[in-house]
Amino acid sequence: MQIVSKVREPLVTGGKTYKDITEDVCRPVEANPSKGWFGGMALSLFLLLAGGYYLGDMLWNGIGRWGLNKTVQWAWDITNFVWWVGIGHAGTLISAVLLLFRQKWRTSINRAAEAMTIFAVICAAIWPVVHMGRPWIGGIWALPLPNTYGSLWVNFNSPLLWDVFAISTYFSVSLVFWFIGLVPDFATIRDRAIKPIPRLIYGALSMGFNGSAKTWMHYEAVSLILAGLSTPLVLSVHTIVSMDFATSVIPGWHTTIFPPYFVAGAIFSGFAMVLTLMLVTRKLYKLEDYITMEHIEMMSLVVTITGSVVGIAYITEFVIAWYSGVEYEQYAFVNRMTGQYWWAYWSMMACNVISPQVFYVKKLRTNIPFIFFISIVVNIGMWFERFVIIVTSLHRDYLPSSWLYFNPTITDVMCYVFTFGLFFTLFLAFAKYFPVVNMAEVKSVLKDSDSKVYKSRRTISNEVVPEADRVPVDL
Amino acid sequence: MEKNTNYLVGVFGDQDILVKAVKALRKKGVKIYEVFTPYPVHFLEDALGYKRSWMPRAAFGFGALGTTCAILLQSWIMGFEWPMIIGGKGFIAIPDFVPITFELTVLFSAFGMAGSFFVSQDLKPHKVPQIFDRRQSDDKHIMAIDLAKNSLSEDELKALLQEVGAEEVNNKSFTEREKKASFFDYVSDLFTKGVTDSARELKG
Repeated sequence: MQIVSKVREPLVTGGKTYKDITEDVCRPVEANPSKGWFGGMALSLFLLLAGGYYLGDMLWNGIGRWGLNKTVQWAWDITNFVWWVGIGHAGTLISAVLLLFRQKWRTSINRAAEAMTIFAVICAAIWPVVHMGRPWIGGIWALPLPNTYGSLWVNFNSPLLWDVFAISTYFSVSLVFWFIGLVPDFATIRDRAIKPIPRLIYGALSMGFNGSAKTWMHYEAVSLILAGLSTPLVLSVHTIVSMDFATSVIPGWHTTIFPPYFVAGAIFSGFAMVLTLMLVTRKLYKLEDYITMEHIEMMSLVVTITGSVVGIAYITEFVIAWYSGVEYEQYAFVNRMTGQYWWAYWSMMACNVISPQVFYVKKLRTNIPFIFFISIVVNIGMWFERFVIIVTSLHRDYLPSSWLYFNPTITDVMCYVFTFGLFFTLFLAFAKYFPVVNMAEVKSVLKDSDSKVYKSRRTISNEVVPEADRVPVDL
Repeated sequence: MEKNTNYLVGVFGDQDILVKAVKALRKKGVKIYEVFTPYPVHFLEDALGYKRSWMPRAAFGFGALGTTCAILLQSWIMGFEWPMIIGGKGFIAIPDFVPITFELTVLFSAFGMAGSFFVSQDLKPHKVPQIFDRRQSDDKHIMAIDLAKNSLSEDELKALLQEVGAEEVNNKSFTEREKKASFFDYVSDLFTKGVTDSARELKG
C-alpha cells in the first residue's frame, strides 16, 4: 500500500516499472555512442591536448610562463584549485548529506553528481601539484617522509599540509563511496550482457556481486556509514582550503568567517555545475522521467539559498573589516570594491548574489534554458569570487613600489582550459560506459505493487500506514 | 557432465509479497538458502532472521586505529624525532594536529570498512558468482531453496511457493564445473561457448 501525497510530485514520473528503469539506464551503455557524444568527446580531447601543450610548456620552462609578479604570487593556479574543489562538494552533499536526511529525490542524480565530484577533485589536485614548479620533487616534499639531508619532516602545523591530507582523503573516500554505489549497477549490466567481453569487464567491475539479502544488508550499513563519514569530511575539506588563506596574516584573508563562507560557496558552485551537467545529460539520455522538474526546482532552490548565504558572508566580511578598526583590513576591502579590480568584485556580486535570487519566481525556476544560463553565470561568479579573494588581496602589499596589476598570460588561460578538457573527457567517458543513474536506488524508491504501477511516491513513514498494509518486521 | 537438480527457485515480482512469503515459509519450517533482490528490500533481513550488520563496528575499530596512528605520527615527528620551533608554538601543538587526525580517522574508517565489506562478502574482480536467475538484478526477486536441506518434498515446496505468491517456480542446478567456480573455467567457457544466459534476449 502506498500513501499518495497531495503536496509532492512523484519521484519517478511516466509510470515507469522496474524493467523500464533497467532498460532506460542500460540502453546508452549497451548501444553505440551517438554522433553528439563523438562530437563532444572530440572537442574535449582537443581542449585537453591544446591545454596540455601549454601545461607541458609551463612545466618545462617554469611557472614564469604564468603572469605572476612580485606581489601576486598566487593567481589563476590557486583560484582554479579552489574553484574545482568547490564544484566537487555538491556531489558529496547530494550523495551523503541528503542520504542522511533521507531526501529520496537525490537517488536519480547522485551517481552523476558523485562522478562530477571525483573528476572535479582530479582537476583541482592538478593545481597545487603543478604550481610547485617542480612537481616531480614537490610531490614527495608534501608527504610525511624524512628527506635525504637529515631528518627534516613536513610541517604538521601548516594548513597547506592539512590540505594535502584533506584533499587526498576526500578524493579516495569519494572514490570508494562512488564505487560501492556502482557495484550493484555493474552487476545489472553484467547480467544483461549478451557478448563475452562486456560480461567479463562488467563482471570484474561488479566484483561478483549477486544481490543476496545478506550482502545487501551489509551494503546498506556500509553506504550509511560512508555517508556519515563523508558529511563531516566534505565540510572539513573546504574549511581546510579556506584555512590556507585564513591562517595567514594577509589583510583580506585573515578572517574567521572563511570556513563557513567557503563551504557555502562550494555547495553553491557545485549545485550550479550539477545543474549545468544534468540539464544536458537529462536531455541527451532522455531521463526526463527520472530527473524531473521537481529535481531541477529543488536544485535551483539550493542554489538560491547558498547564494544568499554567500551574499551575507560578503556583507559580513565588509562590515567586520570596518568594525575591526584595522586600517589595512579596511583598505583591502575598499580596494576590492573600488580599486583596480572593481570589475571583478562587481561581476562576482552580480553573478553570485543577485542572479540566483531570480529562482524565487516559479516561472523562472521551471524554465530549463534559463536555469542552464543561470547555472553558468553562477559558476563564472564563483570563479571571480576566488580570483577577487586571492588576487586583490595580494596585489597591494605593504610596499607601494612593488604594486603591480596582474595580467594573465596565454599559458594561464590554456592551463585552465586543460582542466576543462580533462573534466569533460572524463565525464563523457563516464556517461558512455557507466550507468548515469543509480538503478538500484531508483528502484528502491519506486513502489510497484501487484503489477499496478503507482505514479506517486511514499512520503509517509511506515508507522502511519494502516495496520493491515504494513510490511511485517517482527518474526 | 553430471547435473545436480538441487535448488528450487521462486520468482517474485513484488517486494511486499516477497517479505510476507519469506515470513510465511519460515513459519512453516522451510529453510531458505538465500534471497536475491535487485535493490535493498527493507525488513527482508529481519524476515530472514539475519543478525544486524557488524560493519558499524568495523568502521569504529578502523576509525579508532586511524586516530591513534595520526596522533602518534604527528606527536612523534614534531615532538621527538626532529623538534622544531614554529611560530613559538609548543612542539606537540595538539590543536594543529586536529585536522590531520580527523582526516586520517575518516580515511582509515572508510577504507577499513569498505575492505571488510568486500573481503567478508567475498567480492573480488575474479569472483565467479553463482547466479540462480539473471533477472535478479533487473526486476525480479529470486528465492532459492536448497532441496537437500529441507525435509519437505519438491512438490510440496513448489505448492508452498506458489501459495505464498511466487510468479514462477523453477529448478536450478549447477554443474560440478560451475560449482567449483574457477575463474579460468569461467573465462574459457565464456569465449568458447559464448554468453549462454542473460537478462536480455539472446540473439540466434
